[in-house]
Parts: sequence; C-alpha cells; structure tokens
Amino acid sequence: METNEIPGTGTQSRGYEEAEIPAVDLEDDVSTGTVAPRRRRGVSEWHQVGKHLLRNRGAVIGLLIIGIFVIGAVFAPVLTTHNPIQNNLTMRLQSPSTTHWLGTDALGRDLYSRMLYGSRISLNIGLISVVIGVAVGVPIGAISGFYGGKLDIFTQRIIDIMIAFPGILLAIIVVTVLGVGVQNVMIATGIASVPIYARLVRGSVLAAKEQSYVEAARAAGLGDASIVFRHILPNCLAPIIVQSTFQIATSILWAAGLGFLGLGAQAPMPEWGAILSDGRAYIRTAHHLTTYPGLAILFMVLGFNLLGDGLRDALDPRSRGN
Amino acid sequence: MYQYIARRLLLTVPVIFGVAILVFSIIRLIPGDPARAIAGVQASPEFIQQVRARYRLDEPLPVQFGIFLGDLARGELGRSTFSRRPVATEIGERFPRTFLLAMTALVIATIVGVSAGIVSATRRNSMFDNVSMLFALVGVAAPVFWMALMLQLLFAVNMRILPATGIGTWRHLVLPSITLGMASAGLMARITRSSMLEVLRQDFITTARAKGLNERFVIYKHALKNALIPVVTVMGLQFGILLGGAVLTETVFAWPGIGRLLVDSILRRDYPVVQGTVMLMAFLFVIINLVVDITYAFLDPRIHYQGEAGE
Repeated sequence: METNEIPGTGTQSRGYEEAEIPAVDLEDDVSTGTVAPRRRRGVSEWHQVGKHLLRNRGAVIGLLIIGIFVIGAVFAPVLTTHNPIQNNLTMRLQSPSTTHWLGTDALGRDLYSRMLYGSRISLNIGLISVVIGVAVGVPIGAISGFYGGKLDIFTQRIIDIMIAFPGILLAIIVVTVLGVGVQNVMIATGIASVPIYARLVRGSVLAAKEQSYVEAARAAGLGDASIVFRHILPNCLAPIIVQSTFQIATSILWAAGLGFLGLGAQAPMPEWGAILSDGRAYIRTAHHLTTYPGLAILFMVLGFNLLGDGLRDALDPRSRGN
Repeated sequence: MYQYIARRLLLTVPVIFGVAILVFSIIRLIPGDPARAIAGVQASPEFIQQVRARYRLDEPLPVQFGIFLGDLARGELGRSTFSRRPVATEIGERFPRTFLLAMTALVIATIVGVSAGIVSATRRNSMFDNVSMLFALVGVAAPVFWMALMLQLLFAVNMRILPATGIGTWRHLVLPSITLGMASAGLMARITRSSMLEVLRQDFITTARAKGLNERFVIYKHALKNALIPVVTVMGLQFGILLGGAVLTETVFAWPGIGRLLVDSILRRDYPVVQGTVMLMAFLFVIINLVVDITYAFLDPRIHYQGEAGE
C-alpha cells in the first residue's frame, strides 16, 4: 500500500544476508544487466542502501530474528533433540524440561524438534509463495502498464476482481478448489499475492515509461521485451523487494491460519499453525502447545516486517538524505 | 464529482460480475461431478439426477451461468447439503453476528489505533511513542487465532472473568472483538502516526503556529483533518480484512457467524454454502471499497481530477 511511492533505485542486488533470498530469485526472473555506467552507479547505490539498512536498529533486529530462524531451519536435523514425528505415548503432554526443552504434545512428540522443522515449512511457504506472486504478478503488471490501452483495462478489471476478495479468503477459495496440503497452501498464498504485485509494478512501470532512458532505449532500436525486462523492471526493483519482504510475513501468517483451520499442512507434518490447532484441546492443562508455536509465528512475522520497514526507509532516497 | 461517482459505480458492475463468475467456477473446478458437489456426498442417485436437471448441468457453461445469475438475483442460493436448509436462511441467520463482531472490532481498532497514533506523532520518540509502536508491531505480527487463544487462556481460563466461547450477552463479545481489532489497531496506529507526522511537517502548520495558535488547536483543528484521509481508506480496507479475520476468530470463540460457517462448510464439502458465503463476503468488500473511494473523493478533491485523467 504505502510502498507505491518508493522510487526505484539501483539495478543490482548484492544480497546482504541470507534473508534476502527473494531478491535474488526475483533477479533471475527479470534478468538484469543494464548499460555499463548505470550498473556501476547501481552497485555503489546498493552499498549505500546496505549501510543505511545496517544503521537502522529495527532492520538489524529483524535480520537477527530471521537469521536465527534460517539457521534453525537449515540445521534442523543437527539441532533437534528428538524425532519430530515419532510418537511416544509414555511421554504425553509433558511440560518443558531438560529432556524436552519446550515440552511434548498429545502424542508425546518433542515440541522443540517439531517447531524447528516447522520453521522450515513456514520459511518455505513464505519464500515460494512470494516467488509465485512475483513470477505471475510482475509480468502481468509490467505488460499491463507498458502497453496500456484495452489490454491494461482488461487486466485491471481481472485484478479488481481478485482484490474483491480479502487476501486470506482468496487463499481459502484456492485451497477449496485445489484441496488441502502444504503445496496447495503455497500456491494459494502465492495466487492471493498476485494482484498486489501486478498493481505495484503497473504503477512503477507507468511512471518509468515516461523517463528519458526508456526513450533512449527505444531510439537505440531495442525491442519491447528488452526495454521492459532489462531497463524498466530493474528500476522498479526497490518497491518489489520491499513488498516481497512484507509479503513473506503475510504469507506465513495466512499459511499458519490455513494450517490452524485444518486447510493447510496435514498430520503428522509439524507446521506451526497445525501444531497450535492440535494444542487447542489441551490449553487448560498444557498451554505450552499453543504458546510457543504462536510466539514462533509472531517473531518470524515480526522479523520480516521489521526488515521490510528498514528496507523501505533504506531504499527511499528521501529518507536516506535525512 | 458526480462524474467520478458515476464512473466508480460503473466500474463496480464488471467486478461483481467477475466475482460471480469466480464463485460459479468453484464447484466446476473441484475435481469430480458438479452435480454431486451440489447435492452432497451422501446424496442418492435420484437426487443427483434432480440436481443435474435443476441446474441444467448437462448444458453448456454459459447456460449454467445464466441459471446461476438468475438464482443469485432472486437470492436463491441453493440448499445446504449438511443441514438441508436454504443457504440464504443459513447465511441470513449468521451474517448479523459477523457484522456485529466486525463492526465492534473496527470501532475498537479505530479508537485505540487513531488515538495512539496521534499521541505518538505529537510526542515523537517519547516513552509512549516507543511503547505504543512496539505494541503496534506486535499486534500486526501476532496471528489472530493465537491472540484469541491467549486472551481466552488469560481472561476465561485463569481469571474467569469473561466467557471463553459462545454468544448471548455483551460479555461474549468482548474477547472476540478485542482479538479481531488488535491487528487493525496496530496498523491504524502506525498509519495515523506517519500521516500525522507528514502533515505536521507542512507549511500550513508552520503558518498556523507562527500565527500564535495554541498547539492543541493546531493539532486537532488543522493537522488531524488532513492526516485522517489515509486513515479513512485504511479503515475501509480493514473492514474487509476483519471479515477475513472473522473466519479465524469465530473458529476459536465458537462464534456462529459466516466465517465459521465458511470453514465448517469447506471441511464438510458443503459447496452451496461455500459459494453463498464467499459471494456475500466479496460483495460486501466491493461495496465497502466503493463507499471508501467515494468518501475519499469528498475528503480530498484532488482525487477525482486525477481519476478523470486515468487513475
């Protein structure tokens, strides 16, 4: 919503932290490589952005939170203390202890180990759904904004229809049609984010289209595809990166919601929303089953939101000047 | 202005039509026989045959869609395969409860969010500002169903001062509406704050201060009115998000509204009810957005001039 105003900045991301994976994926899509002098300026500009980002306390906290979850997810097999899906009925509903750091669930499974694997699922859902949203939404928005006319009107009405459904509702509809399961949740949350990217990119492309470098590229005899993908889109990267960071957070929340409703990951998969939902029945006697997965979702979402806020400020030359 | 409103109204027609196409498609996109999807999993072959004839499922899709639109216009949404009652009755019974919940949540979110945002902006970087912005961040990031469970645990299980689930008295409304309003309050606080800061930086505020006006007067009479424009837009959008959030909140608090009806119906494969609920939610969201856009145009005259120049 607010990100619309952010003018595009540089051309090449250098990927400061693991957390910026979507930016890298995104570049594969748009294929960078602009005119040489612009690229050099771009790199130093990204350097500035990185410096600005690291001076922002919120962004650094966000990066740290994300970093911890990424480490947990990547090294889950090493860091777990128990098998996350093996039942142990003699150890049902144990409170947190030295053997079971976060306690056990109704089937005696270790909550800490389940949550570590759960962070894999949530991060995957967040990243893949954003990749889907970007891969579908960005070209739609770019083509719609670049060509305008009837095509644009038609696309915009389709987007209007998609926006007529509040995000999670659209995801619920897609899951209804495709069936439950983690993969379908990724597709559903991805589709639900398509209109957001299409709108955002269309706006940026409309603004960029009038710039002199586009006219120059056209005068140089470049084709439309080359102008859009090599020249315009790299300049619209900033708002896409910011939106993607927020969108990861939103997708994680939506997916956890779907999991909680029983429309997402199915047993025995240790998805956070599903763990929480299973724990509901024991809230009076074993509230650790609801408290900890909820906190995990909260912190992961908070991490991406803080990073998104920081990136928005860092990529906005106006606030960087202050 | 009227031209803008007319144009905006006209744009709503294809959107509602498109929403109808999408809702119509749900049953046809689900793998398997649409007649069985409408009739229900346990329906007899005779009944499935009746359904096939009633909705002309053997005829081309445009004919089927025509039937669907005609039914929709008459409020004829079919029958629930679970309760066997008309979908319109099911929804009619439950919708007022969701509306009450969402409206209460919106009022809570607006009062808490806007006032926190104003105080934060006027006392920038104060203790209050920092604490309320931290709350806002957490409010936005916390999963609504988890918040619901935590409030239940605290106020219903441990302190026993509010009922955990159900409906009936105003006390039943407290926890669900606070839960639902929390995320929106966080967002509104953040938007009010940044919008207020933006306005306070502008020349006319400096002028007003230079004239020697009381600071309170400057803030409430001059700045607030302008700062609230983006907040109004967000309020409208929030209502839609609250309808979506109601799906989760109603599930936790056993609040028998349309959100819970939707989830239950999906899990029971009661597709006629799914169709009806989705159609109603999308329709409401479209109407709310329409109202927001028109209100916005009244508040900010620049909008419709831009609108006429092509969005």
